[in-house]
This record gives sequence, structure tokens and C-alpha cells, in this order.
Amino acid sequence: MKSQITLTVNGERHTLEIDSRRTLLDLLRNDLEFAGTHRGCDSGECGACTVHMNGIPVPSCMLLAADCDNTEILTVEGLQPEGDLHPVQRELIEKGGIQCGFCTPGVVMSAVALLDENPNPSEAEVREALAGNLCRCTGYAKIIEAVMSAVEDSG
Amino acid sequence: MRPFTHHAPSDLETALQLLSDLGSQAVILAGGTDLLLNLREGTLEPDSVVSLRQVAELRGIHEDKHGLRIGATTTLRDIIRSQLLHRQHPCLVHAASLIGSVQVRSLATIGGNLCNAAPSADMAPPLLALDAEVLLVSTKGKRQLPLQDFFRGPGEQALQAGELLSEIILPHPQGETIYLKHSFRAYMDIAAVGVALRLHANGGTFAAARVALGAVAPTPMRAKAAEQELEGQAPSEDRFARAAALAAEACTPIDDVRAPAWYRRRIVEILTRRGLTALWQGTEQVAG
Repeated sequence: MKSQITLTVNGERHTLEIDSRRTLLDLLRNDLEFAGTHRGCDSGECGACTVHMNGIPVPSCMLLAADCDNTEILTVEGLQPEGDLHPVQRELIEKGGIQCGFCTPGVVMSAVALLDENPNPSEAEVREALAGNLCRCTGYAKIIEAVMSAVEDSG
Repeated sequence: MRPFTHHAPSDLETALQLLSDLGSQAVILAGGTDLLLNLREGTLEPDSVVSLRQVAELRGIHEDKHGLRIGATTTLRDIIRSQLLHRQHPCLVHAASLIGSVQVRSLATIGGNLCNAAPSADMAPPLLALDAEVLLVSTKGKRQLPLQDFFRGPGEQALQAGELLSEIILPHPQGETIYLKHSFRAYMDIAAVGVALRLHANGGTFAAARVALGAVAPTPMRAKAAEQELEGQAPSEDRFARAAALAAEACTPIDDVRAPAWYRRRIVEILTRRGLTALWQGTEQVAG
């Protein structure tokens, strides 16, 4: 029931012995203590656990850790060097796109994935990229505004 | 979650051997976006999970002289980004883009969408309308079935123990196809009704017509009486209305949390008529 996997998280390689039932989310939060990736619905609906796997945004609660052998994972902690903020993070603070903060790491990872691929998205594209990230506080307007500002900053 | 053994074969031959050895004790993981829910909720308690994520042969879209072959573990994300599909079957790109979220589409696969055999599976109606076939393989050999014969009931399909769906096979495009999805949210919702339509005009009449429906019967289905109303005939608003009425008559929807049966049936009629008109007029944007 155990398998051994090797994966890179935020630039650092880890080899772990894991239970086959463990998800990537469990592994990140409990084994590697990257608690910035949040557990919301644990069923792929809310987006709070979004991380990048080989550069692509995925719901880490819906991936068995055993299926992440030889992958490269990026979490919110690995976006920028310690103490620095990504333009998306800075704009979320600036524009009031954060209230309770629970959805924020997932929102950041979804928005960054979009901007990495498409540095100049339309508002409609931003809304679509964030459709899988539920926020119960902000009503989304300020989140969208923040991401659009991050687009302008980098443009 | 009950303990299970995780297998990650790196090629198709090993995967098939594993499935043959493990028999009905094993479940197949493609994208996992539905399977993990079932494992977590205990609705599935397999001894083994055979993950196809490392099997490169099962992923990708290829063209041959008969048409296109889509590997079963091709993700919805891959489908949305496929230039081949954009050119030849944009309705599949559209249907894939209506499923889940960006994150879910990074994992979810076209084969998983079909093998789950949900009556509401969004990839099913457009694939039925395109006359897709499925290739099922096991250590004993291969068999190819029309997609309409693959679905057997809610959550049930033709796969036997030891067998997996390896490819979806599409003939060359003939005519225009659209998929209309009716749901109550723009994102993250399953279809209350799905209607896929294909019209192939030749001269002044339709050489072929397909009307495929989702979420309104135990399986995704074709409304053959509606197709016959159109084939060999010239287009007219009256004919489209009659075909739409026949489509609504052919389906057998249920009442559930998403919509009552009478409503679904009405929506089938409306979307079929609206879609046929749009196809005929060459309108690209049609509200589902």
C-alpha cells in the first residue's frame, strides 16, 4: 500500500514513502508543511488547493500523490523569494481582493498560471481562468480588478 | 478511504496485463476527477487502482487517412488547445471548454468522461453526432464499437473486466456540428440538457443529419426519428420544428434536483429547433 515517489516542490527535490491514498494536497500540507495550499471542499470544486504541476494549474486534492512521481510542483510559497510578492499578490492587497484570505493562495496560483501563458488577457479570459476559484467574501469584483491591474503593471 | 494498491504502468502492454491479472478487483484511473470522489465517499472500494497517467501511448490526437484518433487519456485541456480539433471538430473544443474549471480540465480526460457513462457527460452528444467509434482493448484483443453501443445505462458501459478504452475514432468531418448545453450556471455545472446537432447539406437537401441528446435518458442518445425527419429533405423552419418535436418525444428524462422531466423535454425541443436553424444559417453564437 506504500509507494516511493520523487518530486520537486518549489525547486527542491524530495523522495518520500507514501500511502497510496495520500493526495498531493495531503503531501504538501502534512508531509512537506507547505500549508499555504488550502484544503477547501476536498472535491475539486472550490480551487483553494490549486498548485502548478509541470506549469499547469491543477486541483491538488484530486491527484493521488503516487501519480505525482517525477513531477515539478509549484505552490504559493515558491512563487517569489522569501519576503517578496508576485505582482498578482501585491495587487490583491492593494485593491482589496483579499478578505478572509482562505481562497487567496488558489486564486493567486490560477491567476499566475494564466499570466504565465497569456501575459495580456482580456477581463473575460481572467474571469474564465478564475471560474474554478470560489470566494465567499469579495464578490469577485476586486479580485478581477486586481488581476487586471497586475496585467497593466507587467505590460 | 479503504486501502488499495496503486499501480502506475508505463506502457499499454503492462497496463493491459495488470488489468487482466487483477480482474474486477481493479479500477482504472485516467484523470481521477470523478474516481477520487468515489474512493473518498466509499462508493468504490477497489483492491487496486491502475493509473494510466504514465501511459504515453494513450494520450494525444493523431490524424490518419480515415480521420482522427483521440487517445483516451487526452485531457480536456489538450482538446481545447488542439489545432487539429479547432480546424476539424470545433464542437468538441467547445464541449470540453464547458466542463468543470481550468484546474479540473488539466486532469479530466475524454476517455474518463465517456467511461463514467454519466447521462450528462458533455463530450458524449457531440461525439455521437460525429459518428465516433471507440476502441476497446485487452490482453485478448481489440474490438471497435460505435459510441452509441458503448453506453449501457447510468454509470454503465460496455467495458468488461480487463478491458480499457484506448481511443476515440472520428471519421473525416462531414457538415457542421454544434453542441448546446443548458445549465443554470456558466461554469462548474453539469448539463441539465445537452443537444448536439450535425447537418450535412448536399445540393438542396441534407445528406446526413444527427440529433444527439445528453442528460435526458439513461444514456446519451441519438434521436433517430428526428434525424430521419431531416435526411434527404430540404431545410425549412417547419421541418426543423417537426424534427425538434420528434427529438423531445424520443427522450425519457427524469425529475431531479437540476430540473423536472417536463422542463428538460421542453428544452430539448427549443435547443434542437434553435440549433438546427443556427446551423442552417451559419450562426456561430447560439445560447444554450
